[in-house]
Amino acid sequence: MTGEVAIRVRDVTHHFGEEDDARHVRALLDTSIDVTRGELLCLIGPSGCGKSTLLNVIGGLLDPSSGTVEVAGKPVRGPMPADIAYVFQENALFPWNTVLENVMLGMLFQGVPKAEREARARRALEAVGLADFTSHYPAQLSGGMRQRAALARALSLETGILLMDEPFGALDEQTRMILGEDLSVLLSRTDKAIVFVTHSLGEAVFLADRVAVFSARPGTIKQVISVEEPHPRHPEFVTSAKFTTLRNELYGLLHDEIRKAMLESAMRSEGGPVAAGGGDSA
Amino acid sequence: MAGTGKRDAGWAVSRGVQVGFLVGLLVLWYVSTNYWGVSHLLLPEPVQVYWHFVDIIKTGEFLDDLNVTLSELAIAFTGSCTLGVTLGYLISRSPYAIRVFEPLFAGMYSVPIILFLPLYVLIFGLGPLSKIAIGGTISFFPIILSTIAGFGYVERTYIVSARSMGASDYQLFRYVLLPAALPVILTGMRMGFTVALLSIIGSETLASLAGLGHRIVHLAEGMDMARMFAYIAFVIAIAAFLNTVVSSLEARGRRR
Repeated sequence: MTGEVAIRVRDVTHHFGEEDDARHVRALLDTSIDVTRGELLCLIGPSGCGKSTLLNVIGGLLDPSSGTVEVAGKPVRGPMPADIAYVFQENALFPWNTVLENVMLGMLFQGVPKAEREARARRALEAVGLADFTSHYPAQLSGGMRQRAALARALSLETGILLMDEPFGALDEQTRMILGEDLSVLLSRTDKAIVFVTHSLGEAVFLADRVAVFSARPGTIKQVISVEEPHPRHPEFVTSAKFTTLRNELYGLLHDEIRKAMLESAMRSEGGPVAAGGGDSA
Repeated sequence: MAGTGKRDAGWAVSRGVQVGFLVGLLVLWYVSTNYWGVSHLLLPEPVQVYWHFVDIIKTGEFLDDLNVTLSELAIAFTGSCTLGVTLGYLISRSPYAIRVFEPLFAGMYSVPIILFLPLYVLIFGLGPLSKIAIGGTISFFPIILSTIAGFGYVERTYIVSARSMGASDYQLFRYVLLPAALPVILTGMRMGFTVALLSIIGSETLASLAGLGHRIVHLAEGMDMARMFAYIAFVIAIAAFLNTVVSSLEARGRRR
């Protein structure tokens, strides 16, 4: 059912290292947000603002220093393969297995009965447009096709929640756009709750139902912007006035934070102004 | 296709030069011993060597020595593989242990361990035991180093993604760590095998009671040069055969 809360994040703070350690970093400060079923939430913000940290806390890959996360009504204390599937930026497919084997292996880990695995894997691969590449090895595929395969693996797990950590971050702009359109079509058919980390303003507006903008270190959610536009979204949406307005609004919010983040990292390295470009990369 | 045809032609030419070089050496050998008066005590006549080779194969007199050498090799290699892979895996489980032991073993690997042969002979005697010990020691280092490298530096995303999908410890080992590490370990094993064979035959020529290396030195001391050369040719053939087998096993393992 759409509208039901799938992920509940309450006052989550996370720091790496001990308080008095020189390398102590407060990555995330007092962050709270809910994600409902059928919703896609984008996390966007300057480098090191804690958006990936929040994603890993939700996924149970990181224990927060304080605060709680509930998924499907249960507190998160570690990976929850029955409820949460991941898509990583890259290198998450095993190069020694074919595409089909990779997808089936995820279900083996999750505990899906053997008889079901192959049919479900083929269905998921077909949904992402890789039906003809089931017996290819990851090295034989392009970067975009590898991410499609990783997405198929996550979809085949049939979880209520999908966490995507810059899944298209290593791809070129064109491939990214096509994958974004296809993802929007796929998602319009499910009622998964999806959290999607990205650096790209356009990608955030194009895909998200809501965009959470992070402030610079210590990171926390500064503002949440809603994108009222039904899925699947079409390429024409990108050229609409609404898209441009939202994108500009996001840019305004992010711009100050990126400046702040750069200034802070410049002071940390006690070396005056740093070269531009540090904000949007890495 | 023109491209492959060109490459085949290049391949045939380089093979031709290689074969021609070896044939040239044989001809030089034949001519120098038969017409240029090179002493047959220093360099026996190739046709004679050939007949000795045939005689060795026909009578089967090599069987005892071959048995000794191959048994030593099998025991030494099995031992160093078992110990090297087990210890290497245990060390790879902890970044601290990797930091401590990897440089230690890498340093020891660069020591010419064959220098300790006299000590090994004192401790383990002139028999097969000292050969097994030296071969095992020398082949242990490439095997343990490659095992540490194979298991210790698995791409982190593989592990995180397997864990996020619910992989158990056993599943993580069987489906992620092992296939990630296997190609590296197999390369270490091939290197270990080569050095074990070299060091065992080499130490047989220095101090031993039996084995192919021992036989070669024995013939040299008896001035039976033609038969000694025939044995050398025999050992080269055996070594080439074994290395081919091991390399093809490695290639098969790497493909998976």
